[in-house]
Amino acid sequence: MLCFVARGMHGASTETGRRIVRTSLRGAAAIVGAVDAVSSTGALDRTVEQLEVDMIRDALADAGLSIHDVDCVMSTNGMMASLDLAERLGVRGRFTDSTMTGGSSFEVHVEHAAAAIAAGLCEVAVIVYAATPRSGPNPFASGGPSMGKDSALFQWDLPYGLGLPAASYSLAARRHMHEFGTSSEQLAQIAVSFREWASKNPNAYHQTPMTIDDVLASPMVAEPLHKLDCCLVTDGAGALVVTSAERAKDLRSTPVYVLGAGTAHTHGMSLSQMGDVTTTGAAVSGPQAMAMAEIDHADIDVVELYDSFTITALMTLEDLGFCSKGEGGDFVSDGRLGPGGALPTNTNGGGLSYTHPGMYGMFVLVEAVRQLRGEGGDRQVDGAEVAIANGCGGVLSCTSTIVLGTESTL
Amino acid sequence: MPRIEPAPTPLSEPFWEATRADTLKAQRCNSCQMFVWYPRDFCPECLGADLTWVQLQGTGSIYSFNVMRKPGNPMMGDEVPYVVALVDLDEGIRMTTNIVGVDPESVSCDQRVVVDWSVELEDGRKLPTFTPLPT
Repeated sequence: MLCFVARGMHGASTETGRRIVRTSLRGAAAIVGAVDAVSSTGALDRTVEQLEVDMIRDALADAGLSIHDVDCVMSTNGMMASLDLAERLGVRGRFTDSTMTGGSSFEVHVEHAAAAIAAGLCEVAVIVYAATPRSGPNPFASGGPSMGKDSALFQWDLPYGLGLPAASYSLAARRHMHEFGTSSEQLAQIAVSFREWASKNPNAYHQTPMTIDDVLASPMVAEPLHKLDCCLVTDGAGALVVTSAERAKDLRSTPVYVLGAGTAHTHGMSLSQMGDVTTTGAAVSGPQAMAMAEIDHADIDVVELYDSFTITALMTLEDLGFCSKGEGGDFVSDGRLGPGGALPTNTNGGGLSYTHPGMYGMFVLVEAVRQLRGEGGDRQVDGAEVAIANGCGGVLSCTSTIVLGTESTL
Repeated sequence: MPRIEPAPTPLSEPFWEATRADTLKAQRCNSCQMFVWYPRDFCPECLGADLTWVQLQGTGSIYSFNVMRKPGNPMMGDEVPYVVALVDLDEGIRMTTNIVGVDPESVSCDQRVVVDWSVELEDGRKLPTFTPLPT
């Protein structure tokens, strides 16, 4: 009998006497290598190309694998990105992915790698990111196809002086304030909590604790967002190695399993096309990833999310279901996101205090893996077994949510 | 006021030509009657390719806005502070625009606005901005 799996029916296996279609990725793949390079000076003294290869070498060493084991390379860096990188590495792949969804690209890559591995299309996937906007040219300055002169963004948004990323995010923040009464103090508390984590991270760019008043006293960039509501501009790089759960058992590192994944996008680079700017795609990708992982919010020990701006973090917490839409301001105001709080979030300091080379999603995943391996050092969350990692790319355009767990969660 | 001036394309030409006569136009789909913003070859509601340019009333409400204290591009350096807004036009489309002719601190969400033609580009086209309707 043919079995029809409806669109959107993710996260469950279809059983008709025997398993016909595996629609869940739960536990099929594991992250076995996870490294990053970040400096408290904000600058790295290597080129993007050097960093990419250094990260891949380090991530493979972390896993106890060699470049000869790799049959899939994933990258966002340029036209035919993954092919060019594989060529430099001498890798001939049997699966490949150059998906570019801005800062959520690396969560999308983990999702795709887990799916490809579950389907037997590849066995060892390497995902890499490097950018040096602080010490080298900013890769976003020249603009890609989505920012070129033929783009909708250029024709219909930029003549109005939209420009800075903060400009679009401030529009989301203002509407959230208008609809739900969210305050600048509540947004500032998010930056303060993440700074508390950063004070425990020797590689963080900002390690000095700060107060809500410090955030409110920083210059306005795009009202209602202050400078300290905005992410950093630093150099940074990272890489991940993903393989099958079976192969992961025999490797050097402690496997961190992909329990669930989901991706959702609402628009491209024009915020005018988003619809409700107070709800991101995480309202779709989050529940999907959590359903696939078969977990509830109470099961989550660590949250790592893309904090391009304080408002991004606040809306993401709502969209992932940690509180209701509109209640994010009250939810964060008791400092629960910080060390010792009820919901440890952005334990590396986040894009606001740790690093932000342009696409922070890589560091969301690396930190989640560190926490689940118990390698968090002074910032380790005791007994962390389940982490949720949420990337957000473009201008709130595309979210991708990955639920990760230790072996005990399988 | 210095601006990024996107060159008209065959697709956007009718919009820009209308601005020379202080007229705000957008496309409407002849299949599903939905208004379309920004200009497209097809309707994003039904993928119909039969679109007609029609004149808009030029009125709407501010969905959201900011106050740019740092310029969005170097050309706008002398313009700060200025207001970027998303305006919901009464025809049901949402445009990025500026709110002009008003103290930025007095702008609010859901405020009623009307199109304003005070921003002229170097080649005589105009950039539609909005200003609060008298209450």
